[in-house]
Amino acid sequence: MSEPVISAKDLSIDYRIGRDWMQAVRSVDLSINPLQIHGLVGESGSGKSTIALAMIRHLARNARISEGRILFGERDLRQLRQREIEDIWGNQITLVPQNTMDSLNPSLRISRQMTEVTRRHSSVSATEAYEHAADALRSVQIADPEQVLSRYPHQLSGGMMQRVMIAMALSTRPRLVVLDEPTTALDVTTQAVILDLLRDLIKEEQAAALYVSHDLGTVAQLCDYVTVLYAGEIMESAPVDELFSQPRHPYTIGLLSCLPSTAEEQESRLTTISGVAAALGARSSSCVFADRCPLATAQCRTSKPPLEDTGDHRNVRCWRWREIAAGTITPFEPTARNITSSAPRHSRVLQVREISKRFDDSRVLPSLVNRRTSGVQAVRDVSLAVDTRSTFGLVGESGSGKTSLARSLLALVEADTGSIELRGEPISLTLKRRDRATLQNLRTVFQNPDDSLNPYRTVGQTISRTLRKLSAEPLGAKAARERVKELLRAVGLTDDYYHRRPAFLSGGEKQRVAIARAFAPAPALVIADEPTSSLDVSVQAVILNLLKDLRAAEGASYVVISHDLEVVSYLSDHIAVMYLGEIVEQGANKDVIHFPSHPYTEALLSAAPTPDPAVRHRPIALSGEVPSPRNRPPGCPFQTRCPRKIGTVCETDAPPVRTNEDGHEIRCHYTFEELESMQSKGPPTPPQEKTEQRLQRAENK
Amino acid sequence: MTRYLIRRLFTLALTLLVTSFIIFALTNLLPGDVARLVLGRDASDTAIENFEQRFGLDRPPLVQYAQWLGGFITADWGRSYTAGSPAVRSLVLGRLGNSMRLAGTTLLIVIPLSLLLGVLASLREGSWTDSIISVASLSVVGLPEFVTGIVLINVFALQLGWFPASTYISNNMPFGEWMRLLTLPALTASLAITGYVTRMTRASMLEELKKPYVRTATLKGIPYRRVIFAHALRNALLPTIAVIALSIGWLMGGLVVIENVFNFPGIGSLLVTAVTQKNLPVLQAISVLIVFFYAFANLISDLLFALLNPRIRLS
Repeated sequence: MSEPVISAKDLSIDYRIGRDWMQAVRSVDLSINPLQIHGLVGESGSGKSTIALAMIRHLARNARISEGRILFGERDLRQLRQREIEDIWGNQITLVPQNTMDSLNPSLRISRQMTEVTRRHSSVSATEAYEHAADALRSVQIADPEQVLSRYPHQLSGGMMQRVMIAMALSTRPRLVVLDEPTTALDVTTQAVILDLLRDLIKEEQAAALYVSHDLGTVAQLCDYVTVLYAGEIMESAPVDELFSQPRHPYTIGLLSCLPSTAEEQESRLTTISGVAAALGARSSSCVFADRCPLATAQCRTSKPPLEDTGDHRNVRCWRWREIAAGTITPFEPTARNITSSAPRHSRVLQVREISKRFDDSRVLPSLVNRRTSGVQAVRDVSLAVDTRSTFGLVGESGSGKTSLARSLLALVEADTGSIELRGEPISLTLKRRDRATLQNLRTVFQNPDDSLNPYRTVGQTISRTLRKLSAEPLGAKAARERVKELLRAVGLTDDYYHRRPAFLSGGEKQRVAIARAFAPAPALVIADEPTSSLDVSVQAVILNLLKDLRAAEGASYVVISHDLEVVSYLSDHIAVMYLGEIVEQGANKDVIHFPSHPYTEALLSAAPTPDPAVRHRPIALSGEVPSPRNRPPGCPFQTRCPRKIGTVCETDAPPVRTNEDGHEIRCHYTFEELESMQSKGPPTPPQEKTEQRLQRAENK
Repeated sequence: MTRYLIRRLFTLALTLLVTSFIIFALTNLLPGDVARLVLGRDASDTAIENFEQRFGLDRPPLVQYAQWLGGFITADWGRSYTAGSPAVRSLVLGRLGNSMRLAGTTLLIVIPLSLLLGVLASLREGSWTDSIISVASLSVVGLPEFVTGIVLINVFALQLGWFPASTYISNNMPFGEWMRLLTLPALTASLAITGYVTRMTRASMLEELKKPYVRTATLKGIPYRRVIFAHALRNALLPTIAVIALSIGWLMGGLVVIENVFNFPGIGSLLVTAVTQKNLPVLQAISVLIVFFYAFANLISDLLFALLNPRIRLS
């Protein structure tokens, strides 16, 4: 076997908190072989980004490497002088960061930012450097590099900027590329294209890569070898196929089984890992995972297991891995207790007809010079119905208008036209005109509990306030307290949370409080906008189970909004897919997931990365990016990217709404039958989009 | 961008029009009969009448305003009430030249000094250097400029005798002499402004240094100095420019105090004289000029902001 490109030996990293140094990463050994894409997976706080950046000797100001060596070829990176490491950075080691928008300098042109690297590391002329940058952009499939080079970052879309970053990172033929969650901020369909590009380019350039991610789906699709981190320590590392098919560490097994999937049975519960991640620095001489491990024994709590090399290129840190590998014990049994599902009744809790919402750019000072008004049509003629005791799932990428729709339903923004009926009664589109009963029956759970809970109120105050304000009958202080405690127990929190403030709660606990608050006045419908997207997967599973339990117990209905198809599909009876403010397809969950008809739904489903390396599928590549809602294409909104575009009819005429006998509905010029027969012939080939068009759109953003 | 510029110029004109009206209204609201105030209690009725006729004070206020405004636009700023009735315009513009020299020198000190100190403090965040710069800039911000002025005069003029304590400007003064005259007043004004600008530079540099693009630049292998000056500082300048523009506005007002401390013949000291003499035409002219400079400095800062920020420039 050849020498590794880079390897960390016994690496420990501390963070300064106040005056103390806390150990965040403990004795990590990590080697990346040539041509290998090495995945580093973990939840937030596991230290994955810290390790990745420390390995290329880039540390936050309040961090230090307390121990260990980092060998890059023959050299120990820790021993190099600043000047020497600068010669390596950007040249032999490069980074593709997470947040591309902020990772490019907003006030410099792309050309300047790209040529800077080449000119720093080789003695080329300005013209040569420019040509080199243009070639690099061509290699990431940018058809008109000169145009892109002349632009500023804000003139490019997220996907385009990430291509620029990738082009820049690979332009110097590096030996190692660090990919720090490179697609987390991107939409699913863009992510699919970028991952494809990354995989091909890394192999082509014969580089090695360290891929940092929390997303097991993309890891399965991209990596050759995976290291799983928990609380700053390596739990397990293995070649990707073995890790996903025969995980040996209880934490890995837990992580893999708590993911919702579209194949999941609707009635089953997700596996959850109980407890919360160990706090920084609080690592004793026990196994760091012992507190949350269902298999923990006395030994696990008194002595730390070593990272054992089990031969076969695998390592695992568990006292009981042999039993797990042999199949004699299983940490996370599929839970026997199923969710009691109540059959949806055929009455409507919510009926929405032709809601539209447009945001105009307002000007503070009316100007004599510029009177042109522009705006965004965020929601366009949306009609939907939610059955009593059912869940309506709404999926869409950024800019699809799903949040604007939710806010219109809640009257947080006032819809321009349309009507809403709640339990058969028409309700106002204006918040001020909604009566108490409407407010009581229509509650919401926001995406980010950090922002939606008042930090100065205790949990009890927060929930009882909503309860007392919205209850039909006046509620005494004592009765309110009892009901709040009941609610806290319903969301799995003990009574002593009553007096806590949000600052002392974890992200998952905060979201439970937000859910308890939503359910406090016994609403008929709860609208949850991305209820789990700010949470780690192990916490997400807990919240998803909770939402299912509460629906049964409280008899409520949901509208669940998410960009995550798995989450929506796990919770919902009915699914609607939004694109540029319109619902392009809706129908029963199984119909939409298993028989997607609209070309956009088809592409969206194919783009979702499956957390299983055995299913390495090539997603349907959509050309270009989601157009800005500011500049909505005429005709069918999807025509600029549609791989099954018919021709001019799509550009001129709005597609008709087609409904089949199952109540499955699409907006497309093709019929259900035509789409089905085309799909049976295999995935579409993407039309080559004209660069001018794409740039035109970028410009109009 | 052109549209933006036109819009901004339009707002500037509007601001000046509104403030000119307010200034005119306020100065005419001063209690008492202007002519009597100027000529004294013992002046004869005929003298008062003559005075009022001569300066148009017998006409209705709105007509007076219209004439004054019309005159102002056509470079006839009226005549001073003082003996000999010199033209206000040449009187004020002569003094304005001196004040501009003082303000210019001040900015030449303030801008490089505060940028340097601000960047230094941000790079050494939390260190002794940072603390010293922060404490020093906060303390000079807190000191009124007549105090710093008097201290400077005491030390550098009276004790050491390096600079003159008071200002005499003669025609065709050599450059070196000018510098000697300007040093102490400019230093006084600088001390008051440098603190603000330094703190703003430090704060916005700290913010920029935390942004991911600085990491991108660092990991390109670019030398640290270049990362700081070519990448971070460029963006950190944006909010700093606004603060500098505000200080220029402040400077025009602050000159009133400083010029009096140093007996400097600029518009500040002229303004004080005009007030004591109830010399309304001079008072009005200077007030409009101060407003103009304030608004103009803001316009320039907005244009610079747009020039340095492609997001605004290209929209």
